[in-house]
Amino acid sequence: MDAIYWPSFFFLLFSFIACAFALGVLLAKNIVRMAFYLVLSLSSTAGLFFLAGADFVGAMQLMIYVGGTLVLLIFGVMLTSQERFIEMRTSSGEWVVAFFIGLMLFFTLGKAAFGVAAWSGLDRETAEAVQVEQTVTPLAMGLLGARVDKLDEPDAAKQEGMAGYLFQFEIVSVHLLVVLVGAAYLARAKRKASGASAGGS
Amino acid sequence: MAGLINDFLNWLPLGWPVAHDSWLGLLIAGVVHIALILQLVAVSALVFIWLERKISGRIQDRLGPTRVGGKFGWLQTLADGLKLLTKEDLTPDGADKMLFKIAPYVSFCASIAAFIAIPFAGGVYPWIAQHLNTGVFFVLAVMGLEVFGVILAGYSSASKWSLFGAMREAAQVVSYEVPLGMCVVVPVLIAGSLDMVVIGDRQAGLFTNWLVFHDPFTFVTACVYFTCAMASVNRAPFDLAEAESELVAGFHTEYSGLRWSFFFMAEYGSMFAVSILAAILFFGGWHGPVPITSMLGLSGEVGSIGWGLAQAIGLANVLLKGTIGVCVMIWVRWTLPRMRIDQVMTTCLKYCTPIAAAMFLGATLWQYKLPGKNFFGILDLPEAAYEVSEGWQREDASDVGGEDRIADVGANRTHGNNTKGWR
Repeated sequence: MDAIYWPSFFFLLFSFIACAFALGVLLAKNIVRMAFYLVLSLSSTAGLFFLAGADFVGAMQLMIYVGGTLVLLIFGVMLTSQERFIEMRTSSGEWVVAFFIGLMLFFTLGKAAFGVAAWSGLDRETAEAVQVEQTVTPLAMGLLGARVDKLDEPDAAKQEGMAGYLFQFEIVSVHLLVVLVGAAYLARAKRKASGASAGGS
Repeated sequence: MAGLINDFLNWLPLGWPVAHDSWLGLLIAGVVHIALILQLVAVSALVFIWLERKISGRIQDRLGPTRVGGKFGWLQTLADGLKLLTKEDLTPDGADKMLFKIAPYVSFCASIAAFIAIPFAGGVYPWIAQHLNTGVFFVLAVMGLEVFGVILAGYSSASKWSLFGAMREAAQVVSYEVPLGMCVVVPVLIAGSLDMVVIGDRQAGLFTNWLVFHDPFTFVTACVYFTCAMASVNRAPFDLAEAESELVAGFHTEYSGLRWSFFFMAEYGSMFAVSILAAILFFGGWHGPVPITSMLGLSGEVGSIGWGLAQAIGLANVLLKGTIGVCVMIWVRWTLPRMRIDQVMTTCLKYCTPIAAAMFLGATLWQYKLPGKNFFGILDLPEAAYEVSEGWQREDASDVGGEDRIADVGANRTHGNNTKGWR
């Protein structure tokens, strides 16, 4: 039994669950069920992060994506409670467009995943020798603008990118702010304009 | 733990050798952890439901259960459980059958999963199922998922009462997570770690070291935390989701029997979880008000009897503090009337959130101005607290001998020749 490499087994298990429920999202017709499958899919992605020793990212995944789907679920419930939107029907044209877009995204991601030399195929001995540092300090320092994990790098050429993730962090923050402002604006405008459609129920 | 079990299995005359890192030990260790957590949640639910009946009885000048199990009716919950088992498992006609059946388990799983990262005794070998270095964050993230089960139940029941309850619950939980998170950040900030074992061990010694007494701001933060925790586990006076005076029974109107009881196990489980979290974050965790274990000299090396006793006393401390927290929740439930939904929202958005934000700011300034002080700034912080919370920074900084620790960590790692990465 020891011939089975258990980390790989669990990786495959979690990724299978994630993919299966992602397909469930695609094929389900009821919007609440879709959201529920999405929750399961994203949760098992969090499981993958935990498996890789990235507790912080895993917990982030649970809090932001799974917790964020909660809001989606609420909207789903709000919509479906009106009985009109209880079934989402996808026309065949949408299927074709979605299929090609998905295929392109799949190839891009696949190329990225297999194209980077540093990411490909560690053999088992090398993989087992890797010690994951169980602290979020490097990550947090990276978000603040200092890559403490790269300071030991002797090669000057590889020290580029040591400025950390501060820029990305700020961009994401501003992006979220824009989304919030936009959502508030839309919610306000709708209330005034759509008096006729809201009065029905 | 897995290695220990494997060595033990190898020592047993089984007839085949068991390697030190075999999968068997891991499996057994996992099963033991899960079984312990499950029994903790289940048995504590039994005890708390009985406590709730007794305390509510006393508050209303009644006796509460008196007969089942001899004195004090202490087996009342078991009788209730048997009654629930015999009830018919109904599913409404218009229900979304799959979601309706699965919803109680979702709630229950989320409630139990929080206990994975909660330590019950600290030290160098803490009693914890999975020692995560971001334990606080994990617990908060997982406990926020309990509301999924409630929403699914409310939607799939095909009943207006259920749907109303679920929508209220969703709105309430989503908004109360904001002040709750802000309150949790304060002890994390003072202890300097997201690791619950570190936060707990930072408060070793007398009760003066507890973070609730660290400064006036943490004291208020602890109160706000407890209020928000009560709201986020959906307890009265915030139990709008099941307000029986308006919504029959809210999200679990259509449930009966064992499925219904799963919701209640989840509720009592997460009440216990937030209480234990409060105990660890603010009230010393596994360290009692007086350090009995170190007074008696019960701190041998890991594995000795003295260590085991000290850890067991720590475990008792955590469970006792958690139980006290739950009792306070019960006391509040049977004392205050239920709020209206707008009052619940006002409490969160107009009171709890601004207070939590101000306390966060105040605690930050206090920590900045009086970094080495304790107990409202009167006492000095014991040396042991530094060792626990800033161990790695001191260790690195001592090589250089500088004052500014974090900068020195960086300087230490660059070997003094490269500060390019620093902004």
